[in-house]
Amino acid sequence: MARLRGATYADVRVMHMRQRDLTTKNGQVGTLGQSESLGLGIRVIASGAWGFASTDVMTREGVAACAAQAVAIAKASALAKKKDVRLAHEAAYVDSWQSPFVKDPFEIPLETQLKLLLAADEAMRRVKGVTLTETDMQFRKVDTWFASSEGSKIHQRRVVSGCGIVATCFQGDAIQKRSYPNSFGGQHVLGGYELIESLDLLKHAPRVAEEAVALHDATQCPERTGTLILGGSQLGLQIHESIGHPIELDRVLGQEANFAGTSFLTLDQLHHLRYASPIVNVVADARISHGPGLGTFAYDDEGVPAQRIDIIKDGEFCGYLSSRETAHLIGLERSGGTVRTEGWNRLPMIRMTNVSILPGPWTLEHLIADTNEGILMETNRSWSIDDRRYQFQFSTEIAWEIQGGKKTRMLKNPSYSGITTEFWNSCDAICNAGHWLLWGTPNCGKGQPMQTMGTGHGASPARFRNVKIGTAFSDE
Amino acid sequence: MNAGNTMRGAATKRGKAGGEALRDGRELRAIAATVLRLAKQRGVKEAEVHVEEVVDALTRFANNAIHQNVAEHGLTVSIRTLVDGRTARVTTNRVEEDALRAALENSLALAASQPKDPHLLPLPGKQKYRALQRFIPATAKLTAEARARAVKRACELAARRGQIAAGIFESGQSQTVLSNSRGLFAAYRQTQAEFSVTLQQGGAASWAKANAADVRAIDPIALARTASEKAKRAQNPVELDPGRYTVILEPAAVLDLAGFLFYDFAATAVEDKRSCFSGRMGKTLFGKNITITDDVYHPEQLGPPFDGEGLPRQRVVLVDKGVLRNLVYSRRSAKTARTYPTGHGFALPNEYGEAPMNLVIAGGNSSLEEMVRSTERGLLVTRLWYIREVDPYEKIMTGMTRDGLYLVEKGQIGRAARNFRFNQSILEMLGNVELLGTAHRASGEESMEMVVPPMKIRGFQFSEVTKF
Repeated sequence: MARLRGATYADVRVMHMRQRDLTTKNGQVGTLGQSESLGLGIRVIASGAWGFASTDVMTREGVAACAAQAVAIAKASALAKKKDVRLAHEAAYVDSWQSPFVKDPFEIPLETQLKLLLAADEAMRRVKGVTLTETDMQFRKVDTWFASSEGSKIHQRRVVSGCGIVATCFQGDAIQKRSYPNSFGGQHVLGGYELIESLDLLKHAPRVAEEAVALHDATQCPERTGTLILGGSQLGLQIHESIGHPIELDRVLGQEANFAGTSFLTLDQLHHLRYASPIVNVVADARISHGPGLGTFAYDDEGVPAQRIDIIKDGEFCGYLSSRETAHLIGLERSGGTVRTEGWNRLPMIRMTNVSILPGPWTLEHLIADTNEGILMETNRSWSIDDRRYQFQFSTEIAWEIQGGKKTRMLKNPSYSGITTEFWNSCDAICNAGHWLLWGTPNCGKGQPMQTMGTGHGASPARFRNVKIGTAFSDE
Repeated sequence: MNAGNTMRGAATKRGKAGGEALRDGRELRAIAATVLRLAKQRGVKEAEVHVEEVVDALTRFANNAIHQNVAEHGLTVSIRTLVDGRTARVTTNRVEEDALRAALENSLALAASQPKDPHLLPLPGKQKYRALQRFIPATAKLTAEARARAVKRACELAARRGQIAAGIFESGQSQTVLSNSRGLFAAYRQTQAEFSVTLQQGGAASWAKANAADVRAIDPIALARTASEKAKRAQNPVELDPGRYTVILEPAAVLDLAGFLFYDFAATAVEDKRSCFSGRMGKTLFGKNITITDDVYHPEQLGPPFDGEGLPRQRVVLVDKGVLRNLVYSRRSAKTARTYPTGHGFALPNEYGEAPMNLVIAGGNSSLEEMVRSTERGLLVTRLWYIREVDPYEKIMTGMTRDGLYLVEKGQIGRAARNFRFNQSILEMLGNVELLGTAHRASGEESMEMVVPPMKIRGFQFSEVTKF
């Protein structure tokens, strides 16, 4: 229909999205909801410019009108274009793929899911001093049917599961909290209910609650420049903010300048910048062989097969996240396959896949034993970075002092900050595959209108030297 | 009326690049009535239905050209049932009667799967609302061509000045109907337009943005010109030492920082002991020049005159001359606190309760110009970026300055400065406000639009400096 109206290229994504959200708070059910959305988005090139329109009117007339609107919008775009859009070549694919899972979370009785959350909630509330307990589960099942005017017809079904628990303690003039297995919604993977069962919430709930209370009596994290060991989930977020975003080629090219920002990784840095120390290797890997991450798929939303791209190799910056439109700008013949959309009513754009640091040789025990004086920080509490991705500051829920190769007292209000390349060049140890986990970040925002996307970040604990610690709570 | 037919009818209205119409409000009423009829037939005594339709279009530009241009049209039906002290919500965008029936059944199944909630309140009955006219046909009719022409003019202005423009021009309309089986019925529709522009010159950039119900209140070229002039002035920034500075925050910077307080004003957050106002009611927290209300009826605000349960929103004085006087309440939190709901509840079920969605910080009689004139040494801040909470009780926030930080010396705006990271308590900040300008609707990126004034603040803490 779009081609008939003058489009030189068209693709369509029909998406059926189902979601279930469960939360509890202080022993009561909080949110209990389920949603379903079916619609399609049509993306076209006409008059050399992009147009996109979406609709939930799934009739022949509705789809025709949507296609006509997409073409008309593209022609309006052409009023303010500088050159014609050019797409990197990609073969046409006809395929169907389903992400692997053992237990369909939508087939697990709601009673079972709520019973587990309420039991974890109760286990946290049993700890004296806890003032607020929260738990959550979230499940998504998304079917996408992609078709393009170049002949691709691809169906994918992705099932995503997530879960987390939080204990908060308000005491005196401070609020402290601990989360498991991660903060801000817990852990999320491309998988089924087996994730929830693997987390053993009931075992961890008392510990989380006890730590939230104990933090009030802990020593304030000192302000100093020194050695820092980051836990795996925090390192995952560090990768997300200081590697994953700056390598987005649309950001590098100024396409996000008004909102998400630009990047210090200008095109002249490719294969020249010493991004990190030589032990650091980072990949963007969307293939299922990398693991069940939120950035795992068979094809991206332009119909490009999942790939592994070297981002940092032996410390050198060597790759961007690209699309069919941007690939040729860095001399690639083919897109890196990183274009994704939040839903049928959003334009697909470059997003992180699974941007992961590859494991090193250390065990955490050996790493701590090898550290004479340092601070081990775990579980993110806040994160912030400038709009070109140079200067960052993170705080975590908890930290432990390391003295003489031993993990000693608990520290509260930990934070650290730095400049991206200086920080990554100070990395001198990375823990091994036994500590490596593909963490899910379900809430990455980008684009206008804003799109929320899940990204994956494989990480194991790692050590950094000469890091600025404690600045967030400094009074100077 | 067969709701499925209404969808097909709407489809025939499409086809042009913009100016797409919302359905006749009666079609949304018919969908709501269908749901309540199905619930009654099923023997469900308490059901609530929320029908929402959104038509939105956004033209995005960068490198002095349009690179993304999108439109969406969607409708959702959200159904909540209450049976025997249990409630759950199911949302769908299918409006055929069979789909609505299935959603209703799902809601009942979800509700039945949980323990009884002894605190669950019955649905509210019929309410009265103050009429609000926030649907502007000129905004609703704006076409993709009109947006593209405005964008083109902004890009041409940038190109003439050797600069690069990036931004958005968005226009949209929405309508909502909320109805329940106890006779409550609420309806509202509005339009909204937004123009945001960043001008880049060399390594520097600046920014301007406006958001309004009426697109005619937005002047894209004037905004582009402002951003252009500030970008030119942002060249070759000087690196200053971190520390405490007197700052002049433009309205967007005030909004994005002070807006983080909105959730702390929720009675449920205070009850949960996660608000920075826990244990601080009635205390003087800010300077005497700070008065904060929540007022959806303010002429520059947007949003419906009712909350997620359909209760009428009330104007609430939250902070009066620096003293924390009131919170906002949903029906549930009001009952716990033995007071009256203020019409700020979220749609149920949820664990967060409520929040003020239309904050107004009262202005003063100063102006940005006067603030600059009266400053011996300080910094003028265009906007802030990536603001996150570092300490929830002292309300210490971190973030960056962005798109134009200028040194003010001896009453004059001077050289640009490299961007700073701040770690600043909002509670402390609002106790250090020396001057306030006139309050207007401001638009940033971190908080929803609110009515705030520019502020001159002493002792604002910058902790580190970045590379640009």
